Amino acid sequence: MTEVKNKIIELKNAVIRFAGDSGDGMQLTGNLFSDSTAFAGNDFATFPDYPAEIRAPQGTVAGVSGFQIHFGSNDIHTSGDLADVLVAMNPASLKANMNWITKDAIIIVDNDAFTEKNITKAGYEDNPLSDGSLNGHLVVNGPIATLTKNAVSELDIDNKSAQKSKNMFALGMIFYMFNRDFTKTFSFFENKFKSKPLVVEANKLVLKAGYHYADTIEAFVNTYKIDPAPLNKGTYRNVTGNLATSWGLLAAAERSGLKLFIGSYPITPATEILQELAKHKQFSAISLQAEDEIAGIVSTLGASFAGALPVTSTSGPGLSLKSEALGLAVMTELPLVVVDVQRGGPSTGLPTKSEQSDLYQALFGRNGEAPLIVLAASSPSDCFYSAFEAVKLSVEHMTPVILLTDGSLANGSEVFKIPKVSDLPKIYPPIVKENDPDFQSYKRDEKKLSRPWAIPGTKGLRHRIGGLEKENITGNVSHSPENHELMSRLREEKVERVSNFIVNQDIIGDHDADTLVVSWGGTHGVMLTAVEQLLDEGHSIALAHFKHIKPLPKNAEELFSRYEKILVCEINLGQFVNYLRMRLPQFTYKQYNKIQGLPFTVAELKKEFIALLNE
Amino acid sequence: MESIIDTTKLELTKKDFESDQMVKWCPGCGDHAILKSVENVFPELGIAKEDFVVVSGIGCSSRFPYYMNTYGIHGIHGRAAALATGIKIANPKLSVWMITGDGDSMAIGGNHFIHVARRNPDINILLFNNKIYGLTKGQYSPTTPKGSKTKTSPQGSFEQPFNPGELVMGARGKFFARVVDTNIKMMTQVFSEAAKHKGASIVEILANCVIFNNKIHGLITSRETKVDNQLFLEAGKPMRFGKDNEKGIILNGSHLEVVTIGENGITEDDLLVHNPEREDSGIHIMLANMMPPEFPAALGVIRSVAAPTVEELIWDSVEHEKEVSPYKSVDDLLNSGSTWTVD
Repeated sequence: MTEVKNKIIELKNAVIRFAGDSGDGMQLTGNLFSDSTAFAGNDFATFPDYPAEIRAPQGTVAGVSGFQIHFGSNDIHTSGDLADVLVAMNPASLKANMNWITKDAIIIVDNDAFTEKNITKAGYEDNPLSDGSLNGHLVVNGPIATLTKNAVSELDIDNKSAQKSKNMFALGMIFYMFNRDFTKTFSFFENKFKSKPLVVEANKLVLKAGYHYADTIEAFVNTYKIDPAPLNKGTYRNVTGNLATSWGLLAAAERSGLKLFIGSYPITPATEILQELAKHKQFSAISLQAEDEIAGIVSTLGASFAGALPVTSTSGPGLSLKSEALGLAVMTELPLVVVDVQRGGPSTGLPTKSEQSDLYQALFGRNGEAPLIVLAASSPSDCFYSAFEAVKLSVEHMTPVILLTDGSLANGSEVFKIPKVSDLPKIYPPIVKENDPDFQSYKRDEKKLSRPWAIPGTKGLRHRIGGLEKENITGNVSHSPENHELMSRLREEKVERVSNFIVNQDIIGDHDADTLVVSWGGTHGVMLTAVEQLLDEGHSIALAHFKHIKPLPKNAEELFSRYEKILVCEINLGQFVNYLRMRLPQFTYKQYNKIQGLPFTVAELKKEFIALLNE
Repeated sequence: MESIIDTTKLELTKKDFESDQMVKWCPGCGDHAILKSVENVFPELGIAKEDFVVVSGIGCSSRFPYYMNTYGIHGIHGRAAALATGIKIANPKLSVWMITGDGDSMAIGGNHFIHVARRNPDINILLFNNKIYGLTKGQYSPTTPKGSKTKTSPQGSFEQPFNPGELVMGARGKFFARVVDTNIKMMTQVFSEAAKHKGASIVEILANCVIFNNKIHGLITSRETKVDNQLFLEAGKPMRFGKDNEKGIILNGSHLEVVTIGENGITEDDLLVHNPEREDSGIHIMLANMMPPEFPAALGVIRSVAAPTVEELIWDSVEHEKEVSPYKSVDDLLNSGSTWTVD
């Protein structure tokens, strides 16, 4: 054997996918690797891929749970198209993921799990490890279960408990492969299993055993090193979109001086927002788990009337149930932030898969002329800023706001530069002072057209609001035809004027290009990566990624006028492109759509863009 | 937590709560008397006028907020309980009054109704039960008696009705009272009791719809029959009623029975003594279910059991968390857990 073994190869970036049965702890494994990645100074983005069932039948493809991480020394915007390394803890997870790995991906499997029974359960006819189907891949085929058992043989622990650590054996192998340090992971074990020293010890032993095993058997031809990414000075952390959304809301509460109230109902994939906010009563943030989606939004609107910072969170089917109450919020012109974490629809649809198909519902899904602000977050960390802005606009303009995120953003994570709350803009609620002699409930701010917020309990401002049409200025019930038209136009104009208070749409890439690709919401990372790669390859292309949907940024029209070809890309059948066709009909838009419950891949976007560039 | 009942009496009168809006209920509608009674009660509670909020859903009764000079919000059909809950939790200082009808809270808002009873925020719920849909002009409601012919039950309703009191107690509600819209004095007294009870106080008002369901509560409310069909319950008193107060209610085994004092050796000592504070709702449910002609209808406060309110528990928890939480600001939270610094 020559001495070239174990050469350390420098990579720019890599994608690893951890896959196992939904009880195998693959999400934890992935998260631990993410932490060590952060510690190594890489930029990264992650995405979990888990089944809708909590514990689908063991060993079946339906029960496979996955976690993908893309990390690198460059800016990472997506969780990666295809994995360079697959950890498959059983035959089903190998089968479920073969389409998601590169042609020459390294595959690590637990040989002990490849029993005849499991192979059949996964739907294989022959053992994939020996039938040649993995040719082209480096397969590292270790008896992980046995080795895990051996690793803890000195401890007073039964085999069933010991087997819970076998994911750590696989993680140890990956640590070896990427020259990782144990420190962070060990301290995690110590914290997480504080009261169970035996479990801490077992996990440590197994992790180390995996590491040394990979070394000893020379499992990999090479090991890899990825340099730290050139991140700006600052403090960083890993956040998922749902966590960032929750924290953005809390930051907005602090900057507005209002007490947050979330009335909400659990629904995948939005539930974590309610769960997270429920933890933070120390900030006077109140959470109410309502009896249904309707009570969620309506109790929130009640809290809004009473002067709280009102938030409700939901996903598509829940947004449908909230429609009528959204109309009441439009009519009463009270603040209200609705976070819609979109998932595959219609109906129950694909609860754990992501889609951008609630846009029509957000824009148009109410009776009457019922305009409101629609924003869309563009990345897990942007959920923080989008949630903050949703509050600012809702409160300052006295109008409901729907913030669209999606399942990919909600559960995906990325590196987040932690801001200082005092650096965020201050939020000014238009609260009326007591005994204001000029108070009239529907007298509007000249610039914003917002009405004043007169909070019950304030002296001298008693008034009635409600779902019946109100007379302009006085707020009395009015059935006057002229007044209804005036009020309908004022409500629309109020929302449109928000474009005076938001940033202009920016363009990424080649400003002089002929071709503009357009996207919105959660596809930002993949669009940006595709465009950056094309620019690097010498193509001339520009990207406009929208966060402000209604109203559109003021410069949208001017911006579109600069390009010959406009391609709008969305994870739906064309909802944003049709909205653009309605709002800015003078331009010709092409569209690229995918609706499989899956994100775009960089490769498919590049292919599409190149075809367009060559047209 | 600060009590909503201020001990220093404010100099308020009915006038302080009368609105300048035209009251548009039909002449003869029971709702007028209810409005009067509420206007009687509000100035007497020792609560500042700006601290009242009147909340409603949809229906004839739900126009109520527009007829009171308080803070008010007229919501959407069935959802007043959710609105009121949000208002009360967000600002526990407010005296929140929810106005609803049998369509609003027994049908479309049935879910919120049972949950507000269970959750127990300190709000007062006036349920106008006229056993018909009035604003949509005469369809049967969830409290309409089986067999009633209405516009949507031309052959007679096939459905068993709810009894609101039984529903409240089934939902583990802590306060339930019943009044008739023909007795302003009774309404004033009972609404006041409801206001003083801490928790969700639900008052069923047997209301008359003069247009679509006239005299639906006639047996209970009409001059001729009311003495035999109304039992006004008072805490600590034996349950007596009748023209000469000669009748009473006894518990015979597991059910209630009407008896006449002096007959079959029955004395006042045999009668049930009303205890609204009994935690067990068994007898309260039986009382709520009494209906003419076999029984008198139980009126007054049927159940009033002390229990912590949801907003009290929530805000106590806020105070506790402020003390124990490691996060004093959102900055602390953002920087908690696993972070790393790039210099």
